[in-house]
Amino acid sequence: MEWLQQLINGISLGSIYALIALGYTMVYGIIKLINFAHGDVFMVGAFVGFYAIKGWGLGFFPALLFSMAFCAVFGVLIERIAYKRLRNATRIAALITAIGMSLLIEYGVIYARGAQPEAYPDNVLPSTSFNLFGAQISSQSLFILSVSVSLMIILQFIVHRTKIGKAMRAVSHDMDAARLMGINVDRTISYTFAIGSALAGAAGVIFGVYYTKIEPLMGIIPGLKAFVAAVLGGIGIIPGAMVGGLILGVVESVVSAMGFSLWRDAAAFIILILILIFRPSGIFGKNTREKV
Amino acid sequence: MKKVSKFWLFLILAVLIYGIGQGLIQTGILNAFYSNMLILMIINIILAVSLHLVIGITGQFSIGHAGFLAVGAYVSAIITMKFELPFVLAIIIGGIVAALAGLLVGIPTLRLRGDYLAIATLGFGEIIRIVFLNIEYVGGAAGMMVSNMTTWTSAFVCLVITILVISNFTNSRHGRACIAIRENEIAADAMGINTTFYKVAAFAIGSFFAGIAGGLFSHNFYIIQPTNFGFLKSFDILIFVVLGGLGSMSGSVIAAILLTIISTYLQQYPETRMIIYSIVLVVVMLYRPQGLMGTREITEFFGKKKSVKGGN
Repeated sequence: MEWLQQLINGISLGSIYALIALGYTMVYGIIKLINFAHGDVFMVGAFVGFYAIKGWGLGFFPALLFSMAFCAVFGVLIERIAYKRLRNATRIAALITAIGMSLLIEYGVIYARGAQPEAYPDNVLPSTSFNLFGAQISSQSLFILSVSVSLMIILQFIVHRTKIGKAMRAVSHDMDAARLMGINVDRTISYTFAIGSALAGAAGVIFGVYYTKIEPLMGIIPGLKAFVAAVLGGIGIIPGAMVGGLILGVVESVVSAMGFSLWRDAAAFIILILILIFRPSGIFGKNTREKV
Repeated sequence: MKKVSKFWLFLILAVLIYGIGQGLIQTGILNAFYSNMLILMIINIILAVSLHLVIGITGQFSIGHAGFLAVGAYVSAIITMKFELPFVLAIIIGGIVAALAGLLVGIPTLRLRGDYLAIATLGFGEIIRIVFLNIEYVGGAAGMMVSNMTTWTSAFVCLVITILVISNFTNSRHGRACIAIRENEIAADAMGINTTFYKVAAFAIGSFFAGIAGGLFSHNFYIIQPTNFGFLKSFDILIFVVLGGLGSMSGSVIAAILLTIISTYLQQYPETRMIIYSIVLVVVMLYRPQGLMGTREITEFFGKKKSVKGGN
């Protein structure tokens, strides 16, 4: 039952990717910007959760909520400082700014606290493991999966059932038309950043609890992979990001299980390039033709 | 006639700079630290100019340039260290293999545009790095020992050739086609320019010179490791081009010189260096998105005023 085990590991990892990918996909859907700094919001979330648990002795859920709140504010700040001026700039300028912000956050954190990794306390969640058809499932991974899934359900509810969600969908469809209809576009974009960053923060805490080791540069690779997941599912499409994240997580586990663990990172990028070449709009996307 | 005199002026200037550099190194006024910095500067200029051709002239946003640097570095290192062939040959073959890698990467990915192209090239750069990480023949993660063969002379000759080739390419018919693609790809296509051909050609030439820089790079340090060629290195090169001005070769040269000096002095404080880099990147993009020089060249500041080349 090695395969079932790998599948479960893959889904746990994939749900973390999915949480980060949701933020990417929301931001891209609205302002067409690859927010490179998103992976670093994930890292900041992991550190905030760490300090909340270790320093203040909070439990898992209070730490999760605190980290989400902190990251929401942080994400909005990033948007206000760096991206707001670039609404009408070229895409390249926006992308370079995002890369710059990402480096700034990473090395800012290293400057502030040093580059040494930190170990998450391992007693935040009860860890009993039980047997399912021969595969060991830890209660932690089930817990993490349920937290991720419930956050995604809440997000779906926000986007499809609330007023701010409606505004988001309108802005992502056509920003100018939305403005004409009286939607406050700036505020909607801020909300998008807040929600996306909160999810990334949650993913950071979950990652820390599950993998126990966190460090200032940990956001880069999961961030890129979450972006791959978002592209895989069709960027700008929320269910696509979830499915893409889960697929990516499972593929990585399978590649590792086949004994190619050093090639794991390459697998994600190969998937990315294949998707970009053969189906650039992703699994759930529709092909749109560029108009002159 | 005008063009010919410009060429000779450039060559005389190059010989002059070379002579000064050589003299200072020979007489020992510049010690090992500074002469190493000069070589590093040349490598960075070659990298900046080669990426400038892809991003600044052709407008294809590639952020995986370190991958081609890695190909050149490893291939030339294999040729000198494993086959014990001469250094000149190693550099040339390193460049050619990097150009082939550029073709291989460019043909499928250059169908993509903007952000997607950037991400795809980033992915390719990472894949190249992971491939070298997994080949035991070149030492895997531990890296590969390379003896020091890069000298001021060899580096400078490579630099002059790079600048000559790329500036001639830019000012030729093909270069104008590339600039047309940068300005508006769809319009260029409609005017009968074979956009795919020119994009791939520019990409391959850029990769070729990145490979040359890689050969100089690997023979300047005693060891090369896959971690030297991660996307932080790609971003370093990108910063030269962006700061100098997207579309200005002299701009990227100046930016490469300035940032090499800054980063050499900040060697002991890597995080400070990266913070400065990133702040520069963000501030330049927010307040002067066209970079220090825009699309102008330094030669336009001398002599009579001329209209800006290649639109604005």
